[in-house]
Amino acid sequence: MDETTPSPSPPAGTVLLSAERLSRDYGALRAVRDVSFAVRQGEVLGFLGPNGAGKSTTMQMLAGVLAPSGGRITIGGHDLLDAPEAAKSLIGYLPELPPLYPELTVDEYLDFCARLRRVARREVRAAREAAKSRCGLAESGRRIIGNLSKGFQQRVGIAQAIVHGPKVVILDEPTVGLDPIQIREIRGLIGELGREHAVILSTHILAEVQSVCTHVQIIHRGGLVFAGTLAALDERASAGALVIELRRAPAEAALAALPGVATLAVLGNGRFRLVGEVDPSAVAAAAVAGDWGLIELSPQRASLEQLFVELTSGDEVGEAPAAQEHAA
Amino acid sequence: MTAFTIAARELRAMFLSPLAWVIAGVLGFILAWVFLLQLQFQLEVQGQMAAQPGAAGVTARVGASLFGTAGFIMLWIVPILAMRSFAEERARGTLTLLLASPATLTEIVIGKFLGLYALLALMVALFALMPLSLALGTALDWGHLAAALLGLLLQLGAYAAIGVWSSSLTRHATIAAVTAIGLMLLLFLFDAAGQLRSEASDAARWISLSTHGQSFGEGRFSTTDIAYYLIVMLTFLTLTVRRLDAERLPR
Repeated sequence: MDETTPSPSPPAGTVLLSAERLSRDYGALRAVRDVSFAVRQGEVLGFLGPNGAGKSTTMQMLAGVLAPSGGRITIGGHDLLDAPEAAKSLIGYLPELPPLYPELTVDEYLDFCARLRRVARREVRAAREAAKSRCGLAESGRRIIGNLSKGFQQRVGIAQAIVHGPKVVILDEPTVGLDPIQIREIRGLIGELGREHAVILSTHILAEVQSVCTHVQIIHRGGLVFAGTLAALDERASAGALVIELRRAPAEAALAALPGVATLAVLGNGRFRLVGEVDPSAVAAAAVAGDWGLIELSPQRASLEQLFVELTSGDEVGEAPAAQEHAA
Repeated sequence: MTAFTIAARELRAMFLSPLAWVIAGVLGFILAWVFLLQLQFQLEVQGQMAAQPGAAGVTARVGASLFGTAGFIMLWIVPILAMRSFAEERARGTLTLLLASPATLTEIVIGKFLGLYALLALMVALFALMPLSLALGTALDWGHLAAALLGLLLQLGAYAAIGVWSSSLTRHATIAAVTAIGLMLLLFLFDAAGQLRSEASDAARWISLSTHGQSFGEGRFSTTDIAYYLIVMLTFLTLTVRRLDAERLPR
């Protein structure tokens, strides 16, 4: 791979791709609005969002397939609109639907992709072999793409995105439609790619973000609602709730009046969920004082799923599920 | 040159699909039939022809008219070969591969056009062997034959450009083919419209696809006609680039 990289790899931490105030309209619909972010060498950025949130549109703009309505994209210091050829040769892009020619063999296809990205003719073979071995395709070079299984086709799709040694690899939902073993393999591969390239990965599967990403961005209705490291997302998720079970439960008002309780959810059978900045020791003390018969006191972490649902439904952490439970 | 990379893949894809082979086979059969008919006719009237000064010789009757027929049949066939170029890539999602690559839109369009044109040129070379085989038995008018061949190649270039353009309009290959055939027939019929009203006839005759092949068939190299075909090619290829560019820009 190294011999095809146009210039020596930049030191870790260099900004490889930056997007400034990106937006894109489809007629009257603003699919993406004011999205700004930067990706550095060694980062795997997970781009999360429900279907139709603007993930693919953003990805297509980063790859130069769609022109933004507003904003600027810079890749390795080249502006995507002013110097599209220089900028695009630094990107590897795997769209949602892998762009494969089913009639070609894996070797023919990868050679074509390498030549398309201006890899010098005498270096094509080495580039192709390197990409194949990284994607576990070393034995599949002479096979016709149309005859490969879905998982292998996805690997060919990834191999095509890295064959020219790009600095930024953009993968749009790379694990959709794969079986669990294939998903594991592809995730392993993505983690590996993240060490040398900057990887942007779009997905709506949270487990995927947790297992491979270093940074997370959540997009909802075209705008970013969260951007930070995976640790920051975790931290946000842990600001959570307390579940208690009482043998002799007092009136609901007494529980709601406990210090720090923002909302109270009645779970039935003497179980309650206290949401807010609740101090567990204060709850325990109150239970002893009131002789409520405390038999369970467990802090509950909002799962990433919950956090995701909450962020993308526009509410604060914790409120949405409580409100739903009250209604039920 | 990226355009050649794209053209080479295009040509390869066409040979890997049965379509090109079937078309070459069917076309070869029909043209061989026309060729034999013309040859038979020529043999029967040869005696009378020899007495008349200025009568059409074997090159004109058999060679040039074969290319004329080929030109008309190709009107139906080129759109079928061209329909794949962008419509199919779009339907399969492979167009993104080209659009995300450093290749410019012009390179992509020229690559597609050249790939298709190379296939058409190969077919023409194959069919040109029929009149050339007459050289074994008689003296041919080489200039006349070359003019007819050039005329056919230019005509096919125009067809291919129109086909590539109509293919860039849609993701449905059949719609692309129908659009191209319709447009080309219309361009053929412009001439008929021109014959009805004399004042409009010059412009209509000039626009029409059918009038420009005649001079080559008669053995003349006409710069007007060469220019006509080059303008048609350039126009439709430019329109294709514009069309792809418009797709990328926000509406």
